Amino acid sequence: MDKLLQLLCKNASFTTAELAAMLGEPEDYISAQIKEYENRGIIKGYQAVVNWEDVDDSFVEALIELKVTPKKETGFDEMAQMCMAFDEVESVYLMAGVYDFALIVRGETMQDIAMFVAKKLSTIDGVVSTGTHFIMRRYKDRGMKLTESEDQADERSLIL
Amino acid sequence: MIDYSKYLNSSISSIAPSGIRKFFDIANEMDDVISLSIGEPDFQTPWHIRDEGIRSLEKGRTWYSPNRGFSELLRQISEYYQRRFGLTYSPNEQTLVTVGGSEAIDLALRCLVEPGDEVIIPQPSFVCYEPLTVMAGGKPVIINTKNEDRFRLKASDLRAAITDNTKLLVLPFPNNPTGAIMEREDLEEIASVVIEHDLMVLSDEIYCELTYGGRNHVSIASVDGMYERTVVINGFSKSYAMTGWRLGYALGPAPLIAQMTKLHQYGIMSAPTTAQYAAIEALRNGDRDVCRMRDEYDMRRRLVVDSFNDMGLSCFEPLGAFYVFPCISSTGLSSEEFCTRLIMEKHVAVVPGTAFGACGEGFVRVSYSYSLKHLKIALARIREFIKELEDGNQR
Repeated sequence: MDKLLQLLCKNASFTTAELAAMLGEPEDYISAQIKEYENRGIIKGYQAVVNWEDVDDSFVEALIELKVTPKKETGFDEMAQMCMAFDEVESVYLMAGVYDFALIVRGETMQDIAMFVAKKLSTIDGVVSTGTHFIMRRYKDRGMKLTESEDQADERSLIL
Repeated sequence: MIDYSKYLNSSISSIAPSGIRKFFDIANEMDDVISLSIGEPDFQTPWHIRDEGIRSLEKGRTWYSPNRGFSELLRQISEYYQRRFGLTYSPNEQTLVTVGGSEAIDLALRCLVEPGDEVIIPQPSFVCYEPLTVMAGGKPVIINTKNEDRFRLKASDLRAAITDNTKLLVLPFPNNPTGAIMEREDLEEIASVVIEHDLMVLSDEIYCELTYGGRNHVSIASVDGMYERTVVINGFSKSYAMTGWRLGYALGPAPLIAQMTKLHQYGIMSAPTTAQYAAIEALRNGDRDVCRMRDEYDMRRRLVVDSFNDMGLSCFEPLGAFYVFPCISSTGLSSEEFCTRLIMEKHVAVVPGTAFGACGEGFVRVSYSYSLKHLKIALARIREFIKELEDGNQR
């Protein structure tokens, strides 16, 4: 995997000077490379990984399983487009296995999400069934441990 | 009151305690210290390796191993040296599994050195060679390696240090604390002096997997005429992040390994059983982990070297281990003053170069065996410290 992308995925707040030093490339090259990734749509954006548990502003998320009947011409893509159009939907994945789509849906309350599934999702033409799983707690997200401090005490001892 | 000094062995009493300790004691007193002083991997042992250790315990494999180590481990070590360095060692006669590389160093010194023998030790280097030589009855002869030589051992310096009593050369590369490596051409020059003067070499290759810039470690045993004169010391601590398992090994001429085995047998019996099962897995399936950790160290290395040079502390590019050895003499402080003030004023712990030999004066050892996040915070504090020193000097 591209080392620059790997580093940015780990921490998008590295400066170009730091990235250049770590990768042993000139800073200009790194800036140009990032620009190019952005222009080509390979880098879609930069977001913070937030531990919402410690923030008062609370919300609920659920993973929704969706079974659908694929369309003759457009397969699953049309269904994906329809799901993506809702603001409540954070992520849409086409799955292999017992159901077709997995959606991450966000709402202020469980009731919000229940209503969204009942009224908006399950009524889409082609949706055969839905299954709703509320997310209770996030322990790890995008490679980051959310529930424990990142800086765990260094247990190594200086021995010589 | 009993005066214990009359009972204590005078050789051990005369040996100074390690210089690294003092700063660690200060650091322990503070609760917000950022340390760059630790000399072991920050990675945990890769899971599949730990798992094999656990599985061996589940199966109840809790007995002593054979004195020299499990035959499968000996075979794997032998295969590893063949695969990585093109060297052939018989698992049965030329390989010994020890409690860390440290035990192997001690065994080799005690099996080679007799009273009056001189042992040449390049410094700055790991702190154990000198005291262990003294305890073996030998006389340490120090060679100071220099910044301008990128801390490599020069054949001319070696030649100048040799006397009629010289028996052994310790070759500690890739080097702790400087990060220096020896390339094949360097080793060939050393080898010709060693052969000319009929010496033995103890090659401590514990950092052999941690070399950077596309330079693979070269063992002096692979230089013509050196195989029969070299005892290679290695282990699992640094390559596989297995420090706490305490497992190392020695490879060398059968008659020497036989004597070392005897001493090991009486002093230690055998290396830890659980660790040996884990180590077999490390050698069988650990190559990818080694690459992953090396790549990570390499990124940190570049970042740290770049930062020090940018701060105005000149830092030669270390091509091995996980230390940088910046020169701090431009600050006008001694190594010890620098480290003391840095820890008191900025709560950052690094180790004075003098802990690794008198010629480490003017340098500090900085370990980059820490997360990038940790390194960035520590480097920012060191930068502040340097800035304040400069401002103070100008006033």
